[in-house]
Amino acid sequence: MTAGRAVIQHTAGPAAPPDPRGDATASPLTTKHRMDLLTCHTRMLTIRFFEEAVERLFHEGRIGGTAHTCIGQEAVAVGVAAALQSGDAVTSTHRGHGHFLALGADPCRLMAELFGRATGYSRGRGGSQMMMDTSLGFYGANGITGGSIPFAAGLALDAQMRGMQRVVVCFFGDGAANQGVCHETMNLAALWKLPLVFLCENNGYAMSTSVQRGLAHPHMIDRAAAYGIPSASVDGNDLPAVQHATANALQHARSNKGPMLLECRTYRLSGHSRGDKREYRHMHEESEAWKREPIQRLEALLVEQKLADAATLTTHRAAAQQRIEAAIQFADVSPLPDVNTVAEGVFA
Amino acid sequence: MRTATYTQLLRETLEAALRRDPRIFLMGEDIGVYGGAFGVTRGLLKEFGAIRVRDTPISEQALVGVAIGAAAAGSRPVVEIMFMDFVTLAVDQLVNMAAKLHYIYGLRCPLVVRMPHGGGRGYGATHSQSLERLFTGVPGLQIVAPATALDASALLQTALQGSNPVLFLEHKLLYPMRWEVPEELPAPQSFGQARIVREGAQVTIVAWSGMVPQAERAAEALAPEGVQAEVIDLRTLAPLDTDTVVTSVRKTGRVLIVEEGPRTGGFAAEIACRIFDAAYDSLDAPIRRLACPDCPIPAAKKLEAACLPNAATIADAARELAGKA
Repeated sequence: MTAGRAVIQHTAGPAAPPDPRGDATASPLTTKHRMDLLTCHTRMLTIRFFEEAVERLFHEGRIGGTAHTCIGQEAVAVGVAAALQSGDAVTSTHRGHGHFLALGADPCRLMAELFGRATGYSRGRGGSQMMMDTSLGFYGANGITGGSIPFAAGLALDAQMRGMQRVVVCFFGDGAANQGVCHETMNLAALWKLPLVFLCENNGYAMSTSVQRGLAHPHMIDRAAAYGIPSASVDGNDLPAVQHATANALQHARSNKGPMLLECRTYRLSGHSRGDKREYRHMHEESEAWKREPIQRLEALLVEQKLADAATLTTHRAAAQQRIEAAIQFADVSPLPDVNTVAEGVFA
Repeated sequence: MRTATYTQLLRETLEAALRRDPRIFLMGEDIGVYGGAFGVTRGLLKEFGAIRVRDTPISEQALVGVAIGAAAAGSRPVVEIMFMDFVTLAVDQLVNMAAKLHYIYGLRCPLVVRMPHGGGRGYGATHSQSLERLFTGVPGLQIVAPATALDASALLQTALQGSNPVLFLEHKLLYPMRWEVPEELPAPQSFGQARIVREGAQVTIVAWSGMVPQAERAAEALAPEGVQAEVIDLRTLAPLDTDTVVTSVRKTGRVLIVEEGPRTGGFAAEIACRIFDAAYDSLDAPIRRLACPDCPIPAAKKLEAACLPNAATIADAARELAGKA
């Protein structure tokens, strides 16, 4: 890692101070994990343009309900996905589009779900916060903050009892970290040495409540010590760093050593959801955060390492934009769900 | 034939299930060495080990959530909540996760949550409640409330073979009761089929779980007075067998619904409404509910007894309803 990037790393996320005991971010660029950096770049662009489209479509009144976008957090989703092995599982949060797309979700079906169409991942029943595709290892987002934390531990318990190699990554935010069930589950997972990675995506804000106003002690990962769980904190806007730290955490969990807590410090450049005027923070804070956004940083790295030139990056961007436009088209012309089936399928 | 308690048949059913299906495991607070607060799992740790008879810390929300996750992945967990009152701590997981997995994602959730409920033991306001009303309005949860040892076994077997989340209510006063039962466990019993405990032509008494034996005793006491009561044990609240209740009410024209919980907002009100919708023209008297007063259940024996419906108060209400008071 270059010295320049190390500096950026320590200033990432004004709401998430660097951990004084150092970073788990000795990010090597050569990895044997399932996504190379160019693929990661493409996935990050897909997420960014998808989320920008979601905000635009809300503004235009073409989609309704609610959605929480993850602009600025793409490196966390993709860095984690890039470190997973086949068979691993992930649970997500209310801000889950990015996690799902990072695992390879089809943007068409995801967009169709937001459009409330029969072709959506949940046939229009779930909306933004309730989608799942277990064939991709994606065990669902969740509209209840912290609600999927014990669920993830249950997936891990099932894997452990069956002797599977699976590790489960449980995404949660700085907000969910304050839910009692988060602590209950950490204790339980440590007690039973579950193959689980608690992946805290600290984006600085629980809706409008900054971590300074929500956390009594500023260093999230210190909580892990209370349960004897090893932990690390990483600059969540540094894709290779996230990938590397996640790989380490997965390795730990896969070797029957029990769970690990990994904090990825990032910044939610989006508002909480539609209608958030972001009056709780200064525009200056946001403009500073934009300077640290993860896609440009990855692109600088790709150029620096001669993995891509400016023309390639432009081509990537255009292709990603096109994929999202195609997804909107797909969703727009997809059939609506049959209202006569609305009460069907409550029970198996 | 032999005699067995409710507790005994529950234990034998769990034991047989653990032998039959390697996906089934038990988890809960103090269910291992201690054998569960009411002894239902006593001895199972020794046979099946700590992996499948799994003690948990006191963390109801996490342990129910963990069970739901394991169920979604293909395991078949059976959770014991030590007292039904404590399930309030896990309501989020049951209501927002378990109940919605199939409707939204098409994901099966074969989960059984066993819960001792009910008063009569002087345990006080937070260890005596019957909180089924919190869940009867939640689509996606099946609610079972067996009143006999055989039904407890038969319905538990169905729950253990199913693909849906089941809340399994066990009344504390039923645990030590003894019934004459066959040597073999009974066959599984489908949900949604009420049982006519006793036939009668003058008044229908609807009850479930711990109120069923009280209703039976009331009916026995009324018979010599010339009041023939038909007693219906609902067995499951979700699904609810409305037909059996309505058919009985069409015959008797009078119905008393007994519920061990506060009157206001109770499940008896739902049953009453269904009866009225389907059979208002057969009613010879207003539908009558007997429930606890709208107050917490106090600890002192005398005060608690003043709250809970019992055979005597059921008999009084049924007698009055039948016009023989």
